[in-house]
Amino acid sequence: METLIQIGYLVALVCFVLGIKGMSHPDTARRGNWTLALGMGLATLVTMMQPGLGNLPLILISLGLGSWWGMRMSSKAQMTEMPQMVSLLNGFGGLAAALVALSEVVDMFYGDAMVNLLMEAMGMGVLGQYYLLFYVVTLMISLAVGGISFTGSVMAMAKLDGKVSGQPLRFPMQGLVTNGLLVIMLVLTVAIATWPSYTLPLIVILMILSLVYGVLFVLPIGGADMPVVISFLNSLTGLTAATTGLLFDNRAMLMGGVLVGASGIYLTMLMCKAMNRTLGAVLLGQFNSGSGQAAREMSGQIKEIGLYDTAVLLAYSSRVVVVPGYGLAVAQAQHLVHELEKILAAKGAECKYAIHPVAGRMPGHMNVLLAEADVSYDLLVEMEAINPDFPLTDVVLVIGANDVVNPAAENDPGSPIYGMPILQVHQARNVIVIKRSMAAGYAGVENELFYDPKTRMLFGDAKAVLGDLIQAIKGL
Amino acid sequence: MEFSVQEIPALIESVLPELYLLILAVFLGIEVIGRVPQVLHTPLMSGSNALSGVVVIGSILMVGRAEDAHWSVLVLASLSLVLATVNVVGGFAVTARMLNMFRKKK
Repeated sequence: METLIQIGYLVALVCFVLGIKGMSHPDTARRGNWTLALGMGLATLVTMMQPGLGNLPLILISLGLGSWWGMRMSSKAQMTEMPQMVSLLNGFGGLAAALVALSEVVDMFYGDAMVNLLMEAMGMGVLGQYYLLFYVVTLMISLAVGGISFTGSVMAMAKLDGKVSGQPLRFPMQGLVTNGLLVIMLVLTVAIATWPSYTLPLIVILMILSLVYGVLFVLPIGGADMPVVISFLNSLTGLTAATTGLLFDNRAMLMGGVLVGASGIYLTMLMCKAMNRTLGAVLLGQFNSGSGQAAREMSGQIKEIGLYDTAVLLAYSSRVVVVPGYGLAVAQAQHLVHELEKILAAKGAECKYAIHPVAGRMPGHMNVLLAEADVSYDLLVEMEAINPDFPLTDVVLVIGANDVVNPAAENDPGSPIYGMPILQVHQARNVIVIKRSMAAGYAGVENELFYDPKTRMLFGDAKAVLGDLIQAIKGL
Repeated sequence: MEFSVQEIPALIESVLPELYLLILAVFLGIEVIGRVPQVLHTPLMSGSNALSGVVVIGSILMVGRAEDAHWSVLVLASLSLVLATVNVVGGFAVTARMLNMFRKKK
Protein backbone atom coordinates (compact mmCIF):
# COMPACT_ATOMS: atom_id res chain seq x y z
CA MET A 1 0.00 0.00 0.00
CA GLU A 2 2.81 2.37 0.92
CA THR A 3 4.41 1.83 -2.51
CA LEU A 4 1.11 2.47 -4.25
CA ILE A 5 0.73 5.74 -2.34
CA GLN A 6 4.24 6.86 -3.28
CA ILE A 7 3.61 6.03 -6.95
CA GLY A 8 0.36 7.99 -6.74
CA TYR A 9 2.25 11.02 -5.44
CA LEU A 10 4.80 10.64 -8.23
CA VAL A 11 2.07 10.63 -10.88
CA ALA A 12 0.45 13.65 -9.18
CA LEU A 13 3.77 15.47 -9.35
CA VAL A 14 4.10 14.75 -13.07
CA CYS A 15 0.59 16.19 -13.48
CA PHE A 16 1.67 19.33 -11.60
CA VAL A 17 4.65 19.91 -13.88
CA LEU A 18 2.73 19.17 -17.10
CA GLY A 19 -0.16 21.32 -15.86
CA ILE A 20 1.96 24.40 -15.19
CA LYS A 21 3.77 23.86 -18.48
CA GLY A 22 0.43 23.67 -20.30
CA MET A 23 -0.84 26.80 -18.62
CA SER A 24 1.95 28.91 -20.03
CA HIS A 25 0.68 28.54 -23.62
CA PRO A 26 -2.69 29.85 -24.84
CA ASP A 27 -3.60 26.70 -26.77
CA THR A 28 -2.99 24.28 -23.93
CA ALA A 29 -3.95 26.48 -20.98
CA ARG A 30 -7.35 24.92 -20.38
CA ARG A 31 -6.01 21.40 -20.51
CA GLY A 32 -3.16 22.49 -18.22
CA ASN A 33 -5.60 23.67 -15.59
CA TRP A 34 -7.47 20.36 -15.61
CA THR A 35 -4.20 18.45 -15.48
CA LEU A 36 -3.28 20.38 -12.34
CA ALA A 37 -6.69 19.67 -10.83
CA LEU A 38 -6.38 15.98 -11.73
CA GLY A 39 -2.98 15.80 -10.04
CA MET A 40 -4.38 17.46 -6.96
CA GLY A 41 -7.33 15.09 -6.86
CA LEU A 42 -5.02 12.11 -7.16
CA ALA A 43 -2.73 13.40 -4.41
CA THR A 44 -5.74 13.88 -2.13
CA LEU A 45 -7.08 10.43 -2.95
CA VAL A 46 -3.85 8.55 -2.22
CA THR A 47 -3.42 10.54 1.00
CA MET A 48 -6.80 9.18 2.10
CA MET A 49 -5.48 5.66 1.47
CA GLN A 50 -2.74 6.15 4.06
CA PRO A 51 -2.88 3.16 6.46
CA GLY A 52 -3.95 4.10 9.96
CA LEU A 53 -5.64 7.32 8.92
CA GLY A 54 -8.30 8.08 11.50
CA ASN A 55 -11.24 10.47 11.72
CA LEU A 56 -12.31 9.65 8.19
CA PRO A 57 -15.84 11.09 8.59
CA LEU A 58 -14.36 14.39 9.81
CA ILE A 59 -11.97 14.47 6.85
CA LEU A 60 -14.77 13.82 4.36
CA ILE A 61 -17.02 16.44 5.93
CA SER A 62 -14.24 19.04 5.85
CA LEU A 63 -13.37 18.23 2.24
CA GLY A 64 -17.04 18.45 1.25
CA LEU A 65 -17.57 21.71 3.09
CA GLY A 66 -14.43 23.23 1.57
CA SER A 67 -15.39 22.11 -1.95
CA TRP A 68 -18.89 23.52 -1.62
CA TRP A 69 -17.57 26.81 -0.29
CA GLY A 70 -14.89 27.02 -2.98
CA MET A 71 -17.35 26.37 -5.80
CA ARG A 72 -19.77 28.91 -4.38
CA MET A 73 -17.12 31.60 -4.07
CA SER A 74 -15.72 31.03 -7.54
CA SER A 75 -19.11 31.01 -9.27
CA LYS A 76 -20.29 34.17 -7.52
CA ALA A 77 -17.23 36.31 -8.22
CA GLN A 78 -17.49 38.90 -10.99
CA MET A 79 -14.73 38.83 -13.59
CA THR A 80 -13.74 42.35 -12.54
CA GLU A 81 -13.16 41.00 -9.02
CA MET A 82 -10.80 38.23 -10.09
CA PRO A 83 -7.66 39.73 -8.54
CA GLN A 84 -9.41 40.09 -5.18
CA MET A 85 -10.69 36.53 -5.48
CA VAL A 86 -7.24 35.08 -6.17
CA SER A 87 -5.86 37.10 -3.30
CA LEU A 88 -8.49 35.84 -0.87
CA LEU A 89 -7.99 32.21 -1.94
CA ASN A 90 -4.26 32.63 -1.50
CA GLY A 91 -4.88 33.99 1.98
CA PHE A 92 -6.90 30.87 2.77
CA GLY A 93 -4.02 28.69 1.59
CA GLY A 94 -1.57 30.59 3.79
CA LEU A 95 -3.86 30.38 6.82
CA ALA A 96 -4.36 26.65 6.20
CA ALA A 97 -0.58 26.11 6.26
CA ALA A 98 -0.22 28.16 9.43
CA LEU A 99 -3.05 26.23 11.11
CA VAL A 100 -1.53 22.87 10.21
CA ALA A 101 1.69 24.02 11.85
CA LEU A 102 -0.20 25.39 14.85
CA SER A 103 -2.15 22.17 15.33
CA GLU A 104 1.15 20.27 15.22
CA VAL A 105 2.46 22.60 17.94
CA VAL A 106 -0.64 22.09 20.07
CA ASP A 107 -0.35 18.34 19.56
CA MET A 108 3.18 18.58 20.93
CA PHE A 109 1.92 20.07 24.14
CA TYR A 110 -1.29 18.10 24.63
CA GLY A 111 -0.65 14.93 22.66
CA ASP A 112 2.25 12.63 22.02
CA ALA A 113 3.79 14.33 18.98
CA MET A 114 6.64 15.64 21.14
CA VAL A 115 7.34 12.19 22.58
CA ASN A 116 7.37 10.67 19.09
CA LEU A 117 9.66 13.39 17.87
CA LEU A 118 12.11 12.88 20.74
CA MET A 119 12.05 9.11 20.25
CA GLU A 120 12.81 9.53 16.59
CA ALA A 121 15.55 12.03 17.32
CA MET A 122 17.17 9.68 19.85
CA GLY A 123 17.01 6.85 17.35
CA MET A 124 19.09 8.93 15.00
CA GLY A 125 21.99 9.27 17.41
CA VAL A 126 24.08 12.40 17.07
CA LEU A 127 22.08 13.52 14.08
CA GLY A 128 18.98 13.55 16.24
CA GLN A 129 19.88 16.95 17.69
CA TYR A 130 20.08 18.49 14.26
CA TYR A 131 16.94 16.69 13.23
CA LEU A 132 15.07 18.20 16.17
CA LEU A 133 16.41 21.65 15.44
CA PHE A 134 15.55 21.35 11.78
CA TYR A 135 12.06 20.13 12.60
CA VAL A 136 11.28 22.98 14.96
CA VAL A 137 12.69 25.65 12.65
CA THR A 138 10.68 24.27 9.72
CA LEU A 139 7.57 24.25 11.86
CA MET A 140 8.11 27.88 12.82
CA ILE A 141 8.67 28.89 9.18
CA SER A 142 5.37 27.26 8.18
CA LEU A 143 3.63 29.03 11.03
CA ALA A 144 5.10 32.49 10.47
CA VAL A 145 5.19 32.62 6.67
CA GLY A 146 1.69 31.16 6.45
CA GLY A 147 0.48 33.89 8.81
CA ILE A 148 2.21 36.63 6.80
CA SER A 149 0.70 35.28 3.60
CA PHE A 150 -2.76 35.23 5.18
CA THR A 151 -2.99 38.79 6.51
CA GLY A 152 -0.93 40.13 3.59
CA SER A 153 -3.40 38.65 1.10
CA VAL A 154 -6.40 39.94 3.01
CA MET A 155 -4.85 43.43 3.08
CA ALA A 156 -4.11 43.24 -0.66
CA MET A 157 -7.72 42.26 -1.26
CA ALA A 158 -9.00 45.13 0.87
CA LYS A 159 -6.80 47.58 -1.04
CA LEU A 160 -8.04 46.32 -4.41
CA ASP A 161 -11.61 46.50 -3.18
CA GLY A 162 -11.09 50.04 -1.97
CA LYS A 163 -12.01 49.04 1.58
CA VAL A 164 -8.55 50.23 2.55
CA SER A 165 -7.11 53.21 0.69
CA GLY A 166 -5.03 52.24 -2.34
CA GLN A 167 -2.60 55.02 -1.49
CA PRO A 168 0.61 53.90 0.17
CA LEU A 169 0.13 54.33 3.92
CA ARG A 170 3.12 55.55 5.84
CA PHE A 171 3.83 56.33 9.45
CA PRO A 172 6.94 57.59 11.27
CA MET A 173 9.79 55.10 11.57
CA GLN A 174 7.89 52.62 9.43
CA GLY A 175 11.02 50.93 8.10
CA LEU A 176 12.37 50.57 11.61
CA VAL A 177 9.15 49.08 12.96
CA THR A 178 8.62 46.68 10.05
CA ASN A 179 12.20 45.45 9.87
CA GLY A 180 12.45 45.39 13.66
CA LEU A 181 9.44 43.09 13.73
CA LEU A 182 11.14 40.76 11.28
CA VAL A 183 14.27 40.65 13.47
CA ILE A 184 12.17 39.93 16.57
CA MET A 185 10.49 37.08 14.72
CA LEU A 186 13.85 35.58 13.75
CA VAL A 187 15.11 35.86 17.33
CA LEU A 188 11.92 34.21 18.57
CA THR A 189 12.39 31.35 16.11
CA VAL A 190 15.92 30.78 17.36
CA ALA A 191 14.73 30.92 20.97
CA ILE A 192 11.95 28.45 20.29
CA ALA A 193 14.29 26.10 18.44
CA THR A 194 16.77 26.15 21.30
CA TRP A 195 14.24 25.31 24.02
CA PRO A 196 11.51 23.47 22.18
CA SER A 197 9.71 22.14 25.22
CA TYR A 198 8.89 25.29 27.18
CA THR A 199 7.72 27.65 24.55
CA LEU A 200 4.00 27.59 23.83
CA PRO A 201 3.62 31.30 24.74
CA LEU A 202 6.60 32.21 22.53
CA ILE A 203 5.05 30.31 19.63
CA VAL A 204 1.75 32.08 20.08
CA ILE A 205 3.58 35.43 20.14
CA LEU A 206 5.43 34.47 16.94
CA MET A 207 2.14 33.66 15.26
CA ILE A 208 0.56 36.97 16.30
CA LEU A 209 3.62 38.93 15.18
CA SER A 210 3.53 37.22 11.79
CA LEU A 211 -0.09 38.24 11.36
CA VAL A 212 0.79 41.85 12.22
CA TYR A 213 3.79 41.74 9.91
CA GLY A 214 1.61 40.68 6.96
CA VAL A 215 -0.49 43.83 7.40
CA LEU A 216 2.50 46.16 7.85
CA PHE A 217 4.20 44.60 4.83
CA VAL A 218 1.36 45.48 2.45
CA LEU A 219 0.40 48.89 3.96
CA PRO A 220 3.13 51.01 2.33
CA ILE A 221 2.60 49.48 -1.12
CA GLY A 222 0.39 51.35 -3.57
CA GLY A 223 -2.81 49.83 -4.93
CA ALA A 224 -1.46 49.69 -8.48
CA ASP A 225 1.23 47.27 -7.33
CA MET A 226 -1.17 44.85 -5.65
CA PRO A 227 -0.99 42.25 -8.46
CA VAL A 228 2.74 41.99 -7.90
CA VAL A 229 2.18 41.68 -4.16
CA ILE A 230 -0.45 38.97 -4.64
CA SER A 231 1.85 37.03 -6.93
CA PHE A 232 4.64 37.38 -4.38
CA LEU A 233 2.42 36.23 -1.52
CA ASN A 234 1.28 33.31 -3.67
CA SER A 235 4.91 32.34 -3.97
CA LEU A 236 5.23 32.56 -0.17
CA THR A 237 2.24 30.25 0.26
CA GLY A 238 4.05 27.81 -2.03
CA LEU A 239 7.04 28.03 0.28
CA THR A 240 4.92 27.18 3.32
CA ALA A 241 3.42 24.23 1.43
CA ALA A 242 6.98 23.07 0.83
CA THR A 243 8.04 23.42 4.48
CA THR A 244 4.86 21.65 5.55
CA GLY A 245 5.88 18.89 3.13
CA LEU A 246 9.19 18.64 4.97
CA LEU A 247 7.36 18.35 8.31
CA PHE A 248 5.22 15.48 7.08
CA ASP A 249 8.04 13.98 5.05
CA ASN A 250 5.76 14.17 2.04
CA ARG A 251 7.39 14.68 -1.33
CA ALA A 252 4.24 15.64 -3.25
CA MET A 253 3.71 18.56 -0.88
CA LEU A 254 7.40 19.47 -0.86
CA MET A 255 7.81 19.44 -4.64
CA GLY A 256 4.41 20.98 -5.37
CA GLY A 257 5.19 23.79 -2.94
CA VAL A 258 8.64 24.40 -4.38
CA LEU A 259 7.18 24.48 -7.90
CA VAL A 260 4.68 27.14 -6.87
CA GLY A 261 7.35 29.04 -4.94
CA ALA A 262 9.82 29.12 -7.79
CA SER A 263 7.38 29.76 -10.62
CA GLY A 264 5.58 32.32 -8.44
CA ILE A 265 8.74 34.34 -7.88
CA TYR A 266 9.57 34.15 -11.57
CA LEU A 267 6.08 35.29 -12.55
CA THR A 268 6.34 38.12 -10.01
CA MET A 269 9.52 39.31 -11.66
CA LEU A 270 7.95 39.09 -15.14
CA MET A 271 5.14 41.32 -13.89
CA CYS A 272 7.60 43.82 -12.46
CA LYS A 273 9.48 43.85 -15.74
CA ALA A 274 6.28 44.69 -17.61
CA MET A 275 6.01 47.81 -15.45
CA ASN A 276 9.71 48.60 -15.63
CA ARG A 277 10.04 48.22 -11.86
CA THR A 278 12.20 46.00 -9.72
CA LEU A 279 10.69 43.63 -7.20
CA GLY A 280 12.68 45.33 -4.45
CA ALA A 281 11.28 48.75 -5.32
CA VAL A 282 7.73 47.41 -5.34
CA LEU A 283 8.07 45.67 -2.00
CA LEU A 284 9.67 48.68 -0.36
CA GLY A 285 6.75 50.73 -1.64
CA GLN A 286 8.84 53.08 -3.74
CA PHE A 287 8.11 54.45 -7.12
CA ASN A 288 11.04 55.05 -9.42
CA SER A 289 13.86 57.44 -8.63
CA GLY A 290 11.66 60.46 -9.35
CA SER A 291 9.65 60.06 -6.17
CA GLY A 292 11.62 62.73 -4.34
CA GLN A 293 11.21 65.49 -6.87
CA ALA A 294 8.07 67.44 -7.42
CA ALA A 295 6.18 66.57 -10.59
CA ARG A 296 6.04 69.18 -13.32
CA GLU A 297 3.35 71.83 -13.22
CA MET A 298 0.52 71.21 -15.63
CA SER A 299 0.04 73.94 -18.19
CA GLY A 300 -2.56 74.47 -20.85
CA GLN A 301 -6.26 74.01 -20.95
CA ILE A 302 -8.58 71.09 -20.72
CA LYS A 303 -10.90 70.92 -23.73
CA GLU A 304 -14.22 69.18 -23.66
CA ILE A 305 -16.08 67.61 -26.56
CA GLY A 306 -19.76 66.89 -26.95
CA LEU A 307 -21.41 63.58 -27.78
CA TYR A 308 -22.47 64.60 -31.28
CA ASP A 309 -19.02 65.86 -32.25
CA THR A 310 -17.48 62.66 -30.97
CA ALA A 311 -19.95 60.60 -32.99
CA VAL A 312 -19.12 62.51 -36.16
CA LEU A 313 -15.41 62.26 -35.56
CA LEU A 314 -15.59 58.50 -34.99
CA ALA A 315 -17.97 57.81 -37.87
CA TYR A 316 -15.66 59.46 -40.39
CA SER A 317 -12.41 57.96 -39.16
CA SER A 318 -10.69 55.10 -40.91
CA ARG A 319 -8.49 53.99 -38.04
CA VAL A 320 -9.74 53.92 -34.46
CA VAL A 321 -7.93 52.49 -31.45
CA VAL A 322 -9.73 51.91 -28.15
CA VAL A 323 -7.65 52.01 -24.96
CA PRO A 324 -9.70 50.19 -22.32
CA GLY A 325 -8.90 50.71 -18.65
CA TYR A 326 -10.18 49.54 -15.34
CA GLY A 327 -12.80 52.30 -15.37
CA LEU A 328 -14.40 50.56 -18.34
CA ALA A 329 -14.57 47.29 -16.47
CA VAL A 330 -15.96 48.88 -13.32
CA ALA A 331 -18.72 50.54 -15.35
CA GLN A 332 -19.47 47.10 -16.89
CA ALA A 333 -19.23 48.70 -20.31
CA GLN A 334 -17.32 45.93 -22.11
CA HIS A 335 -20.35 44.83 -24.11
CA LEU A 336 -21.11 48.39 -25.20
CA VAL A 337 -17.57 49.00 -26.35
CA HIS A 338 -17.79 45.79 -28.38
CA GLU A 339 -21.01 47.07 -29.96
CA LEU A 340 -19.36 50.39 -30.79
CA GLU A 341 -16.47 48.53 -32.37
CA LYS A 342 -18.87 46.50 -34.55
CA ILE A 343 -20.73 49.62 -35.70
CA LEU A 344 -17.49 51.38 -36.61
CA ALA A 345 -16.27 48.28 -38.43
CA ALA A 346 -19.53 48.20 -40.37
CA LYS A 347 -18.86 51.80 -41.42
CA GLY A 348 -15.54 50.65 -42.82
CA ALA A 349 -13.25 51.80 -40.04
CA GLU A 350 -10.48 49.63 -38.70
CA CYS A 351 -11.08 49.37 -34.97
CA LYS A 352 -8.65 47.75 -32.55
CA TYR A 353 -7.97 47.57 -28.84
CA ALA A 354 -4.64 48.58 -27.37
CA ILE A 355 -3.88 46.46 -24.33
CA HIS A 356 -1.34 47.76 -21.86
CA PRO A 357 0.48 44.98 -19.97
CA VAL A 358 -1.12 46.07 -16.70
CA ALA A 359 -4.48 47.19 -18.05
CA GLY A 360 -7.17 46.31 -15.55
CA ARG A 361 -5.88 45.30 -12.19
CA MET A 362 -3.62 42.45 -13.23
CA PRO A 363 -1.54 41.53 -16.26
CA GLY A 364 -3.88 39.86 -18.71
CA HIS A 365 -6.94 40.92 -16.73
CA MET A 366 -8.25 43.19 -19.51
CA ASN A 367 -8.01 40.38 -22.05
CA VAL A 368 -10.19 38.25 -19.79
CA LEU A 369 -12.71 41.06 -19.34
CA LEU A 370 -12.98 41.80 -23.07
CA ALA A 371 -13.11 38.11 -23.91
CA GLU A 372 -16.11 37.90 -21.60
CA ALA A 373 -17.83 40.44 -23.86
CA ASP A 374 -17.07 38.32 -26.98
CA VAL A 375 -14.48 40.72 -28.36
CA SER A 376 -12.46 38.88 -30.97
CA TYR A 377 -9.05 37.82 -29.78
CA ASP A 378 -7.12 39.18 -32.78
CA LEU A 379 -8.45 42.70 -32.26
CA LEU A 380 -6.58 42.87 -28.95
CA VAL A 381 -3.14 44.27 -29.70
CA GLU A 382 -0.34 44.35 -27.15
CA MET A 383 1.54 47.53 -26.36
CA GLU A 384 4.74 46.89 -28.33
CA ALA A 385 2.76 45.91 -31.42
CA ILE A 386 0.44 48.89 -31.47
CA ASN A 387 2.71 51.75 -30.40
CA PRO A 388 4.20 52.24 -33.91
CA ASP A 389 0.63 52.51 -35.31
CA PHE A 390 -0.46 55.50 -33.23
CA PRO A 391 0.90 58.24 -35.55
CA LEU A 392 -1.31 56.77 -38.30
CA THR A 393 -4.37 56.52 -36.09
CA ASP A 394 -7.23 58.97 -36.59
CA VAL A 395 -8.90 58.69 -33.21
CA VAL A 396 -7.84 57.09 -29.97
CA LEU A 397 -10.67 56.49 -27.54
CA VAL A 398 -9.33 56.25 -23.99
CA ILE A 399 -12.01 54.72 -21.77
CA GLY A 400 -11.35 54.64 -18.05
CA ALA A 401 -7.59 54.39 -18.44
CA ASN A 402 -5.19 56.98 -17.07
CA ASP A 403 -1.65 56.19 -15.92
CA VAL A 404 -0.95 53.83 -18.83
CA VAL A 405 -1.37 56.68 -21.33
CA ASN A 406 0.46 59.40 -19.39
CA PRO A 407 3.30 60.81 -21.52
CA ALA A 408 5.03 61.96 -18.33
CA ALA A 409 6.26 58.39 -18.02
CA GLU A 410 8.43 59.07 -21.07
CA ASN A 411 9.40 62.71 -20.87
CA ASP A 412 9.27 63.86 -17.25
CA PRO A 413 12.07 62.42 -15.10
CA GLY A 414 10.43 64.07 -12.08
CA SER A 415 7.26 62.06 -12.43
CA PRO A 416 6.74 59.13 -10.08
CA ILE A 417 5.79 56.89 -13.00
CA TYR A 418 8.81 57.93 -15.10
CA GLY A 419 10.18 54.88 -16.90
CA MET A 420 6.97 52.87 -17.02
CA PRO A 421 6.27 51.79 -20.60
CA ILE A 422 3.10 53.46 -21.88
CA LEU A 423 0.75 53.38 -24.84
CA GLN A 424 1.91 56.35 -26.92
CA VAL A 425 -1.57 57.64 -27.70
CA HIS A 426 -0.36 61.26 -27.68
CA GLN A 427 1.08 60.58 -31.12
CA ALA A 428 -2.35 59.93 -32.63
CA ARG A 429 -4.20 62.61 -34.60
CA ASN A 430 -7.05 62.91 -32.11
CA VAL A 431 -7.44 61.66 -28.59
CA ILE A 432 -10.80 61.44 -26.85
CA VAL A 433 -10.78 60.60 -23.17
CA ILE A 434 -13.95 59.26 -21.62
CA LYS A 435 -13.64 59.77 -17.90
CA ARG A 436 -15.92 60.36 -14.95
CA SER A 437 -14.01 63.32 -13.55
CA MET A 438 -10.60 64.93 -13.53
CA ALA A 439 -9.49 62.74 -10.61
CA ALA A 440 -5.96 61.40 -10.83
CA GLY A 441 -5.32 57.77 -11.76
CA TYR A 442 -4.45 54.86 -9.52
CA ALA A 443 -0.88 56.01 -9.13
CA GLY A 444 -2.17 59.41 -7.95
CA VAL A 445 -0.40 61.32 -10.72
CA GLU A 446 -1.67 64.17 -12.91
CA ASN A 447 -1.93 63.28 -16.58
CA GLU A 448 -0.31 65.58 -19.18
CA LEU A 449 -2.25 63.89 -21.92
CA PHE A 450 -5.43 65.68 -20.84
CA TYR A 451 -3.74 69.03 -21.44
CA ASP A 452 -2.48 68.06 -24.89
CA PRO A 453 -3.94 70.28 -27.67
CA LYS A 454 -5.07 67.15 -29.54
CA THR A 455 -6.94 65.77 -26.56
CA ARG A 456 -10.59 66.34 -25.81
CA MET A 457 -12.44 65.14 -22.76
CA LEU A 458 -15.87 63.50 -22.76
CA PHE A 459 -16.97 63.44 -19.13
CA GLY A 460 -19.42 60.88 -17.81
CA ASP A 461 -19.88 57.28 -16.74
CA ALA A 462 -18.36 55.00 -19.37
CA LYS A 463 -21.49 52.89 -19.75
CA ALA A 464 -23.88 55.85 -20.14
CA VAL A 465 -21.55 57.73 -22.49
CA LEU A 466 -20.94 54.72 -24.72
CA GLY A 467 -24.66 53.95 -24.90
CA ASP A 468 -25.44 57.52 -25.99
CA LEU A 469 -22.50 57.52 -28.39
CA ILE A 470 -23.75 54.38 -30.12
CA GLN A 471 -27.20 55.94 -30.52
CA ALA A 472 -25.64 59.14 -31.87
CA ILE A 473 -23.55 57.29 -34.46
CA LYS A 474 -26.54 55.21 -35.54
CA GLY A 475 -28.57 58.41 -35.94
CA LEU A 476 -26.05 60.16 -38.16
CA MET B 1 21.66 20.91 22.93
CA GLU B 2 25.21 20.37 21.88
CA PHE B 3 26.49 20.63 18.36
CA SER B 4 29.94 20.00 17.03
CA VAL B 5 31.63 20.77 13.76
CA GLN B 6 32.59 17.12 13.16
CA GLU B 7 28.95 16.16 12.67
CA ILE B 8 28.30 18.60 9.86
CA PRO B 9 29.46 16.34 6.96
CA ALA B 10 27.18 13.54 8.21
CA LEU B 11 24.36 16.05 8.51
CA ILE B 12 24.80 17.30 4.98
CA GLU B 13 24.91 13.74 3.69
CA SER B 14 21.65 12.93 5.39
CA VAL B 15 19.77 15.78 3.71
CA LEU B 16 21.49 15.46 0.33
CA PRO B 17 18.69 13.57 -1.50
CA GLU B 18 16.12 16.16 -0.40
CA LEU B 19 18.50 18.94 -1.36
CA TYR B 20 18.84 17.51 -4.88
CA LEU B 21 15.07 17.41 -5.24
CA LEU B 22 14.68 20.95 -3.93
CA ILE B 23 17.24 22.53 -6.21
CA LEU B 24 16.00 20.68 -9.29
CA ALA B 25 12.41 21.66 -8.46
CA VAL B 26 13.41 25.33 -8.26
CA PHE B 27 14.93 25.18 -11.75
CA LEU B 28 11.96 23.22 -13.02
CA GLY B 29 9.55 25.78 -11.60
CA ILE B 30 11.32 28.60 -13.42
CA GLU B 31 11.95 26.75 -16.68
CA VAL B 32 8.46 25.37 -17.00
CA ILE B 33 6.97 28.86 -17.11
CA GLY B 34 9.46 29.98 -19.72
CA ARG B 35 8.13 32.73 -21.92
CA VAL B 36 4.55 32.96 -20.80
CA PRO B 37 2.58 35.57 -22.77
CA GLN B 38 1.12 38.46 -20.79
CA VAL B 39 -2.42 37.32 -21.59
CA LEU B 40 -1.87 34.26 -19.43
CA HIS B 41 -0.28 35.93 -16.39
CA THR B 42 -3.54 36.17 -14.48
CA PRO B 43 -4.80 32.62 -15.18
CA LEU B 44 -1.34 31.20 -14.50
CA MET B 45 -1.14 33.00 -11.19
CA SER B 46 -4.60 31.77 -10.30
CA GLY B 47 -3.73 28.19 -11.27
CA SER B 48 -0.51 28.16 -9.32
CA ASN B 49 -2.42 29.67 -6.41
CA ALA B 50 -4.73 26.65 -6.52
CA LEU B 51 -1.67 24.42 -6.60
CA SER B 52 -0.30 26.02 -3.44
CA GLY B 53 -3.29 24.38 -1.79
CA VAL B 54 -1.31 21.09 -1.74
CA VAL B 55 -1.16 21.89 1.95
CA VAL B 56 -4.45 19.98 1.84
CA ILE B 57 -2.38 16.78 2.10
CA GLY B 58 -0.84 17.99 5.33
CA SER B 59 -4.25 18.94 6.68
CA ILE B 60 -5.67 15.49 5.90
CA LEU B 61 -2.72 13.76 7.54
CA MET B 62 -3.03 16.03 10.56
CA VAL B 63 -6.76 15.42 11.04
CA GLY B 64 -6.33 11.71 10.49
CA ARG B 65 -3.24 11.26 12.59
CA ALA B 66 -4.82 10.37 15.90
CA GLU B 67 -8.29 9.28 16.87
CA ASP B 68 -7.65 10.42 20.41
CA ALA B 69 -5.88 13.71 19.74
CA HIS B 70 -6.78 16.68 21.88
CA TRP B 71 -9.98 18.33 20.65
CA SER B 72 -8.15 21.58 19.95
CA VAL B 73 -5.81 19.78 17.55
CA LEU B 74 -8.78 18.37 15.67
CA VAL B 75 -10.52 21.74 15.52
CA LEU B 76 -7.44 23.54 14.18
CA ALA B 77 -6.60 20.78 11.72
CA SER B 78 -10.12 20.45 10.32
CA LEU B 79 -10.39 24.21 9.96
CA SER B 80 -7.14 24.17 7.99
CA LEU B 81 -8.49 21.30 5.88
CA VAL B 82 -11.62 23.28 5.01
CA LEU B 83 -9.58 26.39 4.11
CA ALA B 84 -7.06 24.43 2.03
CA THR B 85 -9.91 22.74 0.15
CA VAL B 86 -11.51 26.11 -0.58
CA ASN B 87 -8.13 27.27 -1.91
CA VAL B 88 -7.82 24.23 -4.19
CA VAL B 89 -11.38 23.88 -5.46
CA GLY B 90 -12.09 27.61 -5.69
CA GLY B 91 -8.71 28.20 -7.33
CA PHE B 92 -9.17 25.65 -10.10
CA ALA B 93 -12.80 26.65 -10.68
CA VAL B 94 -11.92 30.33 -11.02
CA THR B 95 -9.03 29.55 -13.36
CA ALA B 96 -11.30 27.39 -15.50
CA ARG B 97 -13.82 30.23 -15.70
CA MET B 98 -11.14 32.66 -16.87
CA LEU B 99 -9.75 30.27 -19.44
CA ASN B 100 -13.18 29.32 -20.77
CA MET B 101 -13.57 32.89 -21.96
CA PHE B 102 -10.64 32.57 -24.27
CA ARG B 103 -12.11 29.48 -25.87
CA LYS B 104 -15.45 30.43 -27.33
CA LYS B 105 -14.45 33.04 -29.86
CA LYS B 106 -12.76 32.09 -33.07
